[in-house]
Amino acid sequence: MSKQRFDRSEIQKTPTGISGLDDITNGGLPQGRPTLVSGGPGSGKTLLGVSFLVNGAQQFAEPGVLMTFEENAQELAQDVRSLGYDLDTLVAQKKLIVDYIHVDRSEIEETGEYDLEGLFVRLEHAIRQIGAKRVMLDTIETLFGGLKDTGVLRAELRRLFRWLRDHEITAVVTAERGDQMFTRQGLEEYITDAVISLDHRVHEQISTRRIRVVKYRGSTHGTNEYPFLINRDGITVLPVTSLLLEHEATNERVSTGLPDLDAMLGGKGYYRASTVLMSGTAGTGKTTLAAHFVGAACARGEKCLYFLFEESPQQMIRNMRAAGIDLQRWHDKGLLKFHADRPDRHGLETHLLEMHHAVEMFEPDVVVIDPITNLMSIGTQPDVRAMLTRVIDYLKTRGVTALFTSLATSASNLEATEAMISSLMDTWVLVAVSEKERKRNRWIYVLKSRGMPHSNDVRAFDIGDGGVAIQSPRSAKSNGRKARKSR
Amino acid sequence: MSETFALKLYVAGRTPKAVRAFANLRKICDEHLEGRYSIEVIDLVENPQLGRGDQILALPTLVRQLPTPIKKIIGDLSNTERVLVGLDLRPRRPSK
Repeated sequence: MSKQRFDRSEIQKTPTGISGLDDITNGGLPQGRPTLVSGGPGSGKTLLGVSFLVNGAQQFAEPGVLMTFEENAQELAQDVRSLGYDLDTLVAQKKLIVDYIHVDRSEIEETGEYDLEGLFVRLEHAIRQIGAKRVMLDTIETLFGGLKDTGVLRAELRRLFRWLRDHEITAVVTAERGDQMFTRQGLEEYITDAVISLDHRVHEQISTRRIRVVKYRGSTHGTNEYPFLINRDGITVLPVTSLLLEHEATNERVSTGLPDLDAMLGGKGYYRASTVLMSGTAGTGKTTLAAHFVGAACARGEKCLYFLFEESPQQMIRNMRAAGIDLQRWHDKGLLKFHADRPDRHGLETHLLEMHHAVEMFEPDVVVIDPITNLMSIGTQPDVRAMLTRVIDYLKTRGVTALFTSLATSASNLEATEAMISSLMDTWVLVAVSEKERKRNRWIYVLKSRGMPHSNDVRAFDIGDGGVAIQSPRSAKSNGRKARKSR
Repeated sequence: MSETFALKLYVAGRTPKAVRAFANLRKICDEHLEGRYSIEVIDLVENPQLGRGDQILALPTLVRQLPTPIKKIIGDLSNTERVLVGLDLRPRRPSK
């Protein structure tokens, strides 16, 4: 039995200011210690480090030193400017120092003993000049290509990391991923405080970036791989919300926009802040049913955000007008907002972030994603499921009622295609078309609806001038009879 | 071979390596460049900002400013043969 007692208190942390990363690390990087960030070429490790410095300088009053062994300072500034960072201004404000050290083996003759004191002197000088609290070393392993004496190099790097700890500098040290190790030169041997691994995978021509906290001494941290994005706003790590099933459940009900459909759902419609899947083959009226729901919400004065992945907003408004649903007026009133995008324009995570961003900006009560199946085609099933889980979790946390339309390719796999997402849905409404006696009949039924008694009827419906009209079970039969008689 | 050699020796304080490097450099210069060299010793402890221009990392570093192109030699200059090669005073031998 070991008698050793560990200090349970969490170590001090330095926020990176990178959205999501501070969540999965429970507050940021270990304060006054170096963190290793490893990844392949183009995995975003330099940008992560630069974000850490820029955020430190701008948001946390912690000046930083960027020591780069790779690109020259101008190239680097240009690269990060495309992501919205202006290093020159920070340098002018004395919040940042960029020092560029390039070593080219062919230019250097080694004759006898040396050390890397020049690096220490320059680093210390830069830190003193602006009172830096943060340092980034990008990518120090490059030195192994420039200097022959790896023994000296290793000893000096060990000394450097100790030096950073002694000076209580919070540092990001980037490294190239090795074959078997996190870094080519085994730097993880020297930096044991925290190790973050970045990954960049391409699946079916759509790239996904992932981040994982491999190790974090003295702290709990999320151990999963989290997708992250690099765009004009810098780095964003998902999830933006924690994936816990702890949203409040409300008893409030919202109308589907159709009294007859409400009647099928225990007489009151959907639960507020629940998820609804509206699935069926092409041309069954899913979008029209969604439009009824949106129209009813807007009539109550609620805000709706409608994600379109197939049509343009103009097309949608026109088509619904033809079915007797006036969406234009809600749009004009600012209650209805469309967000149209092509599914194949981005990877899944980018879509998720854009959706998240749009929801954040508009603060809707109702969200429609039409059709969700178009997003499902751009990723592998587990990825899509993971993304949908995040979207749903996020919407539920915000109390948003969400309706997803789902396009089934054929009637036979109607229920199979949605198997992977249906468990995430509280209510599942199926619409189908059957051809009988030279007439196309539309059918609707509620496959499930959690927490409420719902109708088991399969009801016929029409789409006419007034939109969807659901018939009573009896009248559906009599219609059939009429049709038979008329032959 | 009458060019003048402008040399800079970067050090950080009077460390044993720095002292050795300076002594070695003087000896090599006196033997091979008599009367046509200048040595400037730059102590980065006193002037850390001077390390930037010549991209100084390892110490000691000897920089041959003139004649061009600029050459860098790191270490305590104890290997005379390599210093001479580095300064272009001896042809580079093909490595085995």
